[in-house]
Amino acid sequence: MASWPILSVTTFLPLAGVLFIAMLRGEDEAANRNARWVALWTTLITLAVSLILAWRFDPTSPEFQFVEKRPWLAGTINYHMGVDGISLPFVILTTALMPLCIVASFDVIRTRVKEYMIAFLALETLMVGTFSALDLVLFYLFFEGGLIPMFLIIGVWGGPRRVYASFKFFLYTLLGSVLMLLAIMAMYWDAGTTDIPSLLRHAFPPGMQAWLWFAFLASFAVKLPMWPLHTWLPDAHVEAPTAGSVILAAILLKMGGYGFLRFSLPMFPAASHDFAPLIFALSIVAIIYTSLVALVQEDMKKLIAYSSVAHMGFVTMGIFAATIQGVAGGIFQMVSHGIVSGALFLCVGVVYDRMHTRDIAAYGGLVNRMPLYAAAFMVFTLANVGLPGTSGFIGEFLTLIGTYRMNTWVAALASTGTFLSAAYALWLYRKVIFGVLDKRALAAITDLDRREIVVLAPLVILTILFGFYPKPVLDMSAASVAALVENYQHALGAAKSAALAGHQ
Amino acid sequence: MNEALQLPAIYPALPEIVLALGAMALLMFGVYRGDRSTNVVNVLAVGLLVVTALIVAASPADKLVTFGGSFVVDDFARFLKILALIGSAATIVMSLEFLEHPERRRYEYAILILLATTGMLMLISAADLIALYLGFELMSLALYVVAAIDRDNVRSAEAGLKYFVLGALSSGMLLYGCSLIYGFTGTVSFAGIAQAAGGGGLGLTFGLVFLFAGLCFKVSAVPFHMWTPDVYEGAPTPVTTFFAAAPKIAGIAIFMRAAISAFPGIMVQWQQIIVFVAIASMALGSFAAIGQHNIKRLMAYSSIGHMGFALVGLAAGTAEGVQGVLVYMAIYLAMTLGAFACIIAMRRTAGAVEEIADLAGLARTNPAMAFFLAMLLFSLAGIPPLAGFFAKFYVFLAAIKAGLYGLAVIGVLASVVGAYYYLLIVKVMYFDEPAPAFVPMRNELKAVLLVSGVVNVLFFVYPGPLVEAAAVAAKSLF
Repeated sequence: MASWPILSVTTFLPLAGVLFIAMLRGEDEAANRNARWVALWTTLITLAVSLILAWRFDPTSPEFQFVEKRPWLAGTINYHMGVDGISLPFVILTTALMPLCIVASFDVIRTRVKEYMIAFLALETLMVGTFSALDLVLFYLFFEGGLIPMFLIIGVWGGPRRVYASFKFFLYTLLGSVLMLLAIMAMYWDAGTTDIPSLLRHAFPPGMQAWLWFAFLASFAVKLPMWPLHTWLPDAHVEAPTAGSVILAAILLKMGGYGFLRFSLPMFPAASHDFAPLIFALSIVAIIYTSLVALVQEDMKKLIAYSSVAHMGFVTMGIFAATIQGVAGGIFQMVSHGIVSGALFLCVGVVYDRMHTRDIAAYGGLVNRMPLYAAAFMVFTLANVGLPGTSGFIGEFLTLIGTYRMNTWVAALASTGTFLSAAYALWLYRKVIFGVLDKRALAAITDLDRREIVVLAPLVILTILFGFYPKPVLDMSAASVAALVENYQHALGAAKSAALAGHQ
Repeated sequence: MNEALQLPAIYPALPEIVLALGAMALLMFGVYRGDRSTNVVNVLAVGLLVVTALIVAASPADKLVTFGGSFVVDDFARFLKILALIGSAATIVMSLEFLEHPERRRYEYAILILLATTGMLMLISAADLIALYLGFELMSLALYVVAAIDRDNVRSAEAGLKYFVLGALSSGMLLYGCSLIYGFTGTVSFAGIAQAAGGGGLGLTFGLVFLFAGLCFKVSAVPFHMWTPDVYEGAPTPVTTFFAAAPKIAGIAIFMRAAISAFPGIMVQWQQIIVFVAIASMALGSFAAIGQHNIKRLMAYSSIGHMGFALVGLAAGTAEGVQGVLVYMAIYLAMTLGAFACIIAMRRTAGAVEEIADLAGLARTNPAMAFFLAMLLFSLAGIPPLAGFFAKFYVFLAAIKAGLYGLAVIGVLASVVGAYYYLLIVKVMYFDEPAPAFVPMRNELKAVLLVSGVVNVLFFVYPGPLVEAAAVAAKSLF
């Protein structure tokens, strides 16, 4: 066990950066530059600390590690932190993407730089905290707290319809979450604690499980988002600044999937089993319907936003199939989508910064002037399609295998999604990159500069690396996933035999 | 020796006595020195409130009863008395600028606040209907006058008059309720009523309804809220601050003590009243605030909503519920004082402004004030990790335990609607183009805003003590 509270340091280190930036005086360019560099260094150091976390993590144990527990609220609600194989990948994903987001905002954000950096760093603390909280109230605190900085990021630095988008984002998410809060309270009175490890061992009465399950669904289905609660996402993505979109797609959405894995599935196994067909149906609709919607988009960011909804459909399908492959695939798909969709939004940001439009029709033939950009964009497009050899393939493939064992029809219908995703992603790529460069405005467009290469190169490498060698992520989560699935099956078996005994 | 001739123990009432005597001494001082003494009186009044709070805090931690059982001092009373005293002291501090103007330099202002506070302390300790009415009226009469303190201003005079007329009506209802209760139980003491009431009866329930109507008026809960927006808007802003803070605490306190110690036998009856009042207040507070342009009116609706949330805890009728209400009131006090410090500071060289649109772009003209106000607004909306979240958390926690699921669901949904109008103000401050800057904030307002803002933002770091203290206080009521 580490002698210093490494997990708390990872979580709260960004707040130290916030303090530094808040102390910077002046509104001039020098202050802005300092704010940017302080933010970058803070996120880099946080990344380094989180890598120590990954290094010391024991992947063979399904237990929570780096556990810290201190009294917090009176009674049984404690400050309890810890990570296992399910949460650690998301912690690393968060800390790894943050420096890229900061660098991506370097030249782009020119107004109110200090506030921007403060909002991002505060958001990082809240996101890491969400994934490492081991107490439900603490989890809710981090989970909901993220709304405030994201609301400001969309609303202050966003596009023309930013006010509408930020309000929709905030109120939609809040509405789902307050119902979960009530469920948390009900769980507290039933189990006498909000301690997550204890709750994982607590068997909730079957009648209660359904209500709790739906209350958690209300929150996570909005966050993930699942069809039909996804409508806030395209608005928020389109209006948010580039780095905001990246964080939204890569990490905030994953909180929903993480919630399903951490709470819905292990704590309410009977309800998860009973309502899995509902989730499958919603997932199929999400995969097919939103892919079709993506096909007719004229805005690049909107297209990627809809494709995110479709990809999250694979995640929910895999998670609620509740097989080892399904769950592991769901986690991998989320990590991969975090990298790929984040990268796609960054790619859109690159051309948006030059042309100030996201209309697909405004582009064409970029490969002629931007070969590097075309290459990077191609990697991410193919990963989005799920081409073997990219990280996108592994996640989709595993979730499909996992689901196939449970329900052939679901898997068959979902696999049409891979076909549809190829249709819209390749169509987007062809429209933007290929063709003749005949638009006068594009004649002088420049290829990636050094800063953009720094941002995109790590993502290209990771996308391909995880495509060929997914072992690091899968190994990290393997033990926890196996334990999760085993406990789930065990709880189901117990519930079934109890029901049989009741009939006799 | 005849017991009636014995002098009752006055030690438990020491804070009230100190406050009352101090107020009278200051009144004499003011009468002799005239309005020149306003500043000295203000400072002394704040000192007196602080001393009183220290006396309350230093009193031994057991239950003291005196004046023939009509006055009780327990942990519950101590907790709320300290809150009320903080509210009053902060109000006087925040009124300093208002009282500097030559035409408004009146030493009576601070003295009236002291008298109202004395009434609140008595109300918090009241253990029979007579003491309840005594405290109620002492507080209210002073409040009517304070509302009209800016007497050359038509709006202020109108606010005072409106408050007085409606307040008199509510006092009448309250008295009528008291007389019915006395008639059907034969006693005025809460403990006696609890014993005599037993299973209840129609007459007693009638009395209960009238009593609660009077109390609902004081805490401005729906359907007795109509005076609130007009009085909040019309009264001078420091006075509005006072109305939003301290009297609410006293009102909620006596509401809880009366409901729980006098009517435990007919809880089913009063629980449905409170559930209705809570739902109506939360809903009205959330929906009616959306269309407001004036920030004081908006705060009026916001306070109606907040009283609804606080009453959710009372509706549970358990120790957890009371604990929730106590936490709620403590945090509500901190949020309200900070928010009003900002509203008082909304002043351009031409004078005070109170439209929400005047806050436009505050994040650029005064980033610190905008940050703290935004955090207070998020906190009022109940967004974690700010203090307001914990306030709502504890009342709903109690409601869930008591099985009031419908109330809890409606409550949290109302809080989402309420979040909308708080967000609108944040939007005006952060997203809109700047309006002309305000004149710099005065130091005492800065201090209040800083304390309240820091308490709100950092409450989550160390929430234990307040929650524990509230739990102890709640237990003493049962």
